[in-house]
Amino acid sequence: MSSFIVVGISDYKFSKAPEVIVTYALGSCVGVCLYDKVLKIGGLSHIMLPDSTNFVNKEINRMKFADTAIIDLVEKLRKNSFVNNRITAKIAGGAQMFETQPGSKLGGIGERNIQSVKKALYNLKIPILAEDTGLNYGRTQYFDLETGIMKIQSLNRQIKEY
Amino acid sequence: MFDNYDELNDDQIDLLREIGNIGAGNAATALATILDERVEMSPPKVRITGFDDAVHELGGAETMTVGVLVSFNGEANGMIMFLLNLEDAKSIMNILVGDDDSDGELSEMKLSAIKEIGNILSSSYINSIAALTGLTINVTVPYVAIDMVGAIMSVPIIEFGALGDKLMFIEENFSGKSNHLKSNIILFAEIDTLKIIMQKLGLDL
Repeated sequence: MSSFIVVGISDYKFSKAPEVIVTYALGSCVGVCLYDKVLKIGGLSHIMLPDSTNFVNKEINRMKFADTAIIDLVEKLRKNSFVNNRITAKIAGGAQMFETQPGSKLGGIGERNIQSVKKALYNLKIPILAEDTGLNYGRTQYFDLETGIMKIQSLNRQIKEY
Repeated sequence: MFDNYDELNDDQIDLLREIGNIGAGNAATALATILDERVEMSPPKVRITGFDDAVHELGGAETMTVGVLVSFNGEANGMIMFLLNLEDAKSIMNILVGDDDSDGELSEMKLSAIKEIGNILSSSYINSIAALTGLTINVTVPYVAIDMVGAIMSVPIIEFGALGDKLMFIEENFSGKSNHLKSNIILFAEIDTLKIIMQKLGLDL
């Protein structure tokens, strides 16, 4: 059995084929897989919050926020690649785990994470090849750096591959 | 002075532990009333711990878990999450609403009963804080989810993501006549709320 490179919450990992990177139990968080299919290098970022700009006066963990984590991970990838425009993305997560009443403070964070991730990728001109986002259940996300396939596993649901 | 959970000193953590102990005592009483039987409680374990450690304690991120989330507001603001493993949840429900042959999934009726139990147990914590401090605290309606524990717990963590990555984790073991039950309560309070509670209880900050 092969072992996986595990990404925790507010964390990212970067590696190359034949490694498989995994992040467990994404809820409202969003997991972003970035890949260069020619060099077979890539990274997986487990993003917790949409926007770091509300926390400017504090020392922040840049791996926690969509607007900072993606920039940093892309930077890492580009350092290892000569061709800038080859990076592609696959994303998952951003669920609404609890059914909430309209107007509740709790709702919408998953959706805001998804939108913020998409905006960050758009700004960096990175195309999103696949997404498995939203709805109301947790997801474990595997990212195979040999094939670039993102595999999504949830409880009591079929495994999906993208 | 502290600005997040990472900066709490030993006295402050002890005080939180004490609140956890008293809350668990009240919760046991509430549970005994619901189940209509004598409920023994072993001393709860109260820890200030990181997200990953808490998830590990709960069996790992992908463990199927029932989570009931209650927000509180007023003079104190935060959330309380009540976590129960699925088997324990089912066995309590069989006592409460009877075995209705819903093996795999929990029926609507059972889900709503779980919500109510989570609500009562969470409220008993909030009530102990209110009683100890004299603060007026309101509790909102409970939300329930059955899914991977890591995914469920990420919700309050995200909500309080600005506070550092520590949380207050209370493990309590109840045993009744017919079953043994382990539940976990996680308390997330805004940092200003922690300060108010501590000041009310006479701790110098």
